[in-house]
Amino acid sequence: MTAEHPRSDDRTAGPEQHAPARRGGVSRRDLLGASAVGLSGVTVGVVAGRASATEPGPAPAPAPEQESAVVPFHGARQAGITTVPQDHLTLVALDLSEGVDRGALVRMMRILTDDISRLTAGEPALTDTEPELALSPAHLTVTVGVGPGFFDAADLADRRPAWLRPLPAFTVDELEDRWSGGDVVLQICADDPITTAHAARILSREVRTFASVRWTQRGFRRREQAPEQAAEVGGGSVRNLMGQVDGTRNLVMPGDDALVWIGAQSQEWFGPAPAWAVDGSAMVVRRIRMELDTWDEVDRPARESTIGRRLDNGAPLTGEQEHDEPDLTAVTELGFPVIETFAHIRRARSDDGRQRFLRRPYNFDEAPEPGRTSNSGLVFITFQTDVDAQFLPIQRRLDELDLLNQWTTPIGSAVFAVLPGCTPRSYLGASLLA
Amino acid sequence: MRTTHARSTTPALAAALTGLLALAACGTTEEDSPAGSVSTDGEAQVSITDPWVKAADEGMTAAFGTITNPGEEDVVVTAADTGVSTMMELHEMATGDSGEMVMTEKEGGIVVPAGGQAELNPGGDHLMLMDLTEPLEPGQDISITLTMEDGSRFSFDAPVRSFDGAEEEYMGDMEDMDDMEMDDSGTETDAP
Repeated sequence: MTAEHPRSDDRTAGPEQHAPARRGGVSRRDLLGASAVGLSGVTVGVVAGRASATEPGPAPAPAPEQESAVVPFHGARQAGITTVPQDHLTLVALDLSEGVDRGALVRMMRILTDDISRLTAGEPALTDTEPELALSPAHLTVTVGVGPGFFDAADLADRRPAWLRPLPAFTVDELEDRWSGGDVVLQICADDPITTAHAARILSREVRTFASVRWTQRGFRRREQAPEQAAEVGGGSVRNLMGQVDGTRNLVMPGDDALVWIGAQSQEWFGPAPAWAVDGSAMVVRRIRMELDTWDEVDRPARESTIGRRLDNGAPLTGEQEHDEPDLTAVTELGFPVIETFAHIRRARSDDGRQRFLRRPYNFDEAPEPGRTSNSGLVFITFQTDVDAQFLPIQRRLDELDLLNQWTTPIGSAVFAVLPGCTPRSYLGASLLA
Repeated sequence: MRTTHARSTTPALAAALTGLLALAACGTTEEDSPAGSVSTDGEAQVSITDPWVKAADEGMTAAFGTITNPGEEDVVVTAADTGVSTMMELHEMATGDSGEMVMTEKEGGIVVPAGGQAELNPGGDHLMLMDLTEPLEPGQDISITLTMEDGSRFSFDAPVRSFDGAEEEYMGDMEDMDDMEMDDSGTETDAP
């Protein structure tokens, strides 16, 4: 994190703070004490009923290394979006069960809120049967969003944002049901895959009378730059499994906040949003298969032309460094554009600065199908305030023409409304369901 | 952790305080005294941390949590009651006649030692709700009142959660309890 870009609600990214959570030297008492900060007490009663609400007493100051491994859960906005991306992702979509109504959804969200607040603090969930697995928070964040069906179940269709619906069909799509849709999404991210596995299991299990798992997508990523540089470019570029540097022209926080978080500015740009959605966001999930077996046939110069960037450091073909501005007018001695007409970076670019969104992608690498040598790709996750205004124009341009389309195939698609954050006395979704 | 604190109060004092407390219940909050302090009436405080109740549609279920006694004298919980069950008992796990672990009523109540805690866990001591009068659904809160040996009481709210454990066999004195199984609301066919 640089001095120029302080992000009080974000996971720390500086080299000192970013050291992995140390396992030794922190007792469980320290962990629990640290996590008690900011958690509310519950109502007290003496004989005649509830007498007073209380807060827990002052907690001991957390050990510095433990504090650095905790991303605060409570706040106006949910963590896990402008939080510098953690190394591991487990993305769980849920289908609501038959008969779940608004009252049941309130109960479900209260359970999720309570469990997430504990787990992200490095504290066992209330009914945790494996409490030891909860003690390494590893920057765990769990970000909760709701799909179109959530509003039908709650009988609140009039509160559904206009953009909250499946994306239109694109010619490049080969969508599969098993990677698409969902009534609720839990984006679980941490630097330790045991932490994400435990959180996914606890949360799925705790809400099982309300919802069942529709799909799970796991992913991983490796930052390409030093953490201090990563903070400047909205989480930093990653190396994807086609070998490309991915995420160079991402949104920059906090300067581009208004393109991610629904609020006064975004509504001025894109039109009114439902009142409950302020400080929420819009989430698009695309599962993109990489055709690595045919990508192997492409030589390095052709691979670089496809994107318009060098493979070694991600610099545009007209520049030297990753963040050099591409010169889209530059031509070769023979008069051809240096960055090809249908190169990915040219097609993905819009003259309208509002047609941008935060990318938070993860690689996936699953067991190959019989007869294949790879089953890899991207869990491509984006955050914006209005899918129709920000995401769709770019997606349409890429669908129309993008050299990269020959080696990438969208096989899953889902859209969710990310709920606003909550205080210790409230629950996720209160502004929508209350 | 979530902790509920209260002063243990004698019934007479409690009755006298009822009006005041009812007033205080209308949204007023009050900072908690630090753990280990003694309240003005000389009674020890008790608190409960992370209480919860296993969801069930009918029959029996159980409540758990950690009771803390920061006072200088032991506190003994001798009874518990709730509006959603006709009877509550204090149970412990013990070795049955054939060597298996069974739950049985805890003689003499649950002792919360001075300056210490009593943990109520699946597989250990717990509060038993014997005959539910309504389904306990995950995510709702129920109110439970503990009665101490000296007649003072302590009330708290406990959230209901789905849970697959705590399936212990009950070894009660009454014949008709033998076929009373703890209900499991954790199956997906259950109504939410």
